[in-house]
Order: sequence, then structure tokens, then C-alpha cells
Amino acid sequence: MKPLLLIILLVFWWIPAQAAIEAYEFDSPEMEADYNQLVNELRCLVCQNQNLAGSDADLAQDLRRETYEMLQQGKSQQEVIDFMVARYGDFVLYRPQFKSSTYLLWLGPFLLLMLVLFIVIRRLRAARKPVEVDAAALDNARHLLEDSEPKS
Amino acid sequence: MIRFALPLAIFVLMVGLLGYGLRLDPKKVPSPLIDKPAPAFSLSILGDPSRQLSTADMAGQVWVLNVWASWCISCRAEHAVITALAGKNLVAVIGLNYKDESADAVRWLEQFGNPYATSIVDRDGRVGIDWGVYGVPETFVIGADGLIKYKHIGPVTHESLEQKIMPILMELLS
Repeated sequence: MKPLLLIILLVFWWIPAQAAIEAYEFDSPEMEADYNQLVNELRCLVCQNQNLAGSDADLAQDLRRETYEMLQQGKSQQEVIDFMVARYGDFVLYRPQFKSSTYLLWLGPFLLLMLVLFIVIRRLRAARKPVEVDAAALDNARHLLEDSEPKS
Repeated sequence: MIRFALPLAIFVLMVGLLGYGLRLDPKKVPSPLIDKPAPAFSLSILGDPSRQLSTADMAGQVWVLNVWASWCISCRAEHAVITALAGKNLVAVIGLNYKDESADAVRWLEQFGNPYATSIVDRDGRVGIDWGVYGVPETFVIGADGLIKYKHIGPVTHESLEQKIMPILMELLS
């Protein structure tokens, strides 16, 4: 009985935590989609590992309100992003912009992949090359082997 | 030799990078507002809502903006330091009362003492957003040219006042 109770408690425990999002009304479904995308891609600066959509922090609520109002005023997604970056820096973006200071971030994995591919290909080529053996040394080795064979 | 040298070099590099990362404080997000014009505001004054203070009133002088609230526990910790800074009478220390009930804020100042030349009321936190405030307390140093010179995140300690803020103030005032 006790484990069952525990499971029920665990399953229902987190439900109240989800009720944090305000009910905003949007003029169009596109605007709502823009809003949802923005609050999912902007970071809450207080909790840091949550986006605006998932955070119940006071500042996250304010920034959701700000996002909503800017969209209602007809601002574009990019304008909202610029607004946030101007105030909080690139850190608010879960998807960093592609610019000179983030080239390494975006291209680094591909560079690493290319480096690894290069090393692997070089090794494979080296392994495939037939081993060149000095004929005299081979002869010598054969003699040695024959000499050391136990006599039957 | 290279068999051992290469992995060892990679290991040392990784340890170095991770060690450096451990020493960083993830709570300290560098502000993009440094060396940018102080965001304009015009807010009513705490305790005297009929009067307003705006950034234009502070033009041409070096000043400090300290973001505080009566609900903020670390503001109590830094209160003595802010009082010490204001007591030097070098620059005007303006308080930004952030998302607070004005009655509570006035009581807080009565209880602990009021170091601020003026406190302004940012009831809904919009000016806070303009200034990139994400935690209270925060402290800004603004130059006579109207640019933000320095931002301190979290409570100011006597140490950070003497080592960081005072040198910047002295340079701005000289």
C-alpha cells in the first residue's frame, strides 16, 4: 500500500508548479506563435537554467509581459530579441546569434569533427599500406627461426 | 614520447579550462550597458510622489544608482556600505526602490537610516528592465557624460567599495 501512495504523491506533486503562466489574449495565431517561441528561447536571468516560459520568477513574469506588450504593439520577433539583448546581453539568448564572437561556438564542433576525420583517414591509409620488408633481414629471420626449432 | 605527451597536454588544458570555469560566478552576467548612455527615466520620488526625478536632472555630474527594496535581504547587508559611501559626500547616491510597496520602503528607511540623496519609485520594475536589473541589490556608477561606467551585481561589500567602486569614482571626479 505504501509504495502505491508514494507513486501517487510523486505523480501529482508537480502539478501546481505548472499553473504559473498568465493567460494572454492575442490578436492572431501568428502573434501567439511568435510569443511562445520568444518565451521559450529567452532565458530567465534569475533562475538561469530556465526559459521565460518555464520560470515563475518575478522578473520572468515582467519580461513575459514586456514581450507580450511589444508584440501587441506590432513589434517583430527580432525587435523583442534586440530589446532583451540590449539590456541583458547575449546571455538571455538560448540560441546565440551567429557573429564574430560566437563563430567558434557555432563552428567549433564541425572543426573538431573535421580534425578527427582527418586523423582517422590518415591512420586508415597508413594501416592499409603494405609493409616493406628488407629481403636480407627476412632471410636472416628465417634462418634464426629454423635454428631455434626443437629437433625432433 | 608523443604517445604520452599529447594526452597529457590535452588533460592539462582541460583541467586548466575547467578550473577557470569553476572560479567564475555564473550569477554575474556582464552588463552590455557598460559605456552606454544611462537609460532615461522619470520617476516619482519616494515619500513625495508629486515630485519626479529624471536622468536629465543628474546630467553633468557623477552619480551612483543603487537598486534596493525593503523585501531584499541582501540590501540590509550592504546598507552600512552604501551609508559609508554616501557619508563620503563625494557623489549623489540615488536609490531605485525596485518593485516595492512605498509604505514598506519608507518604513525600511526609517528603521535602518536613509543614505540616499533621493529614492525613486519603480513600482512595476520597468525602469529596472531598462537598466538590465535582474537581481537586487545592484549598483551602477554613472559618469558626468551620462555613460554607465560600472555595474556591481549583488551586495556591495566594504572590500568591493574600496577596491572597485572608489577607484572608478576618484578617476571620474578627477
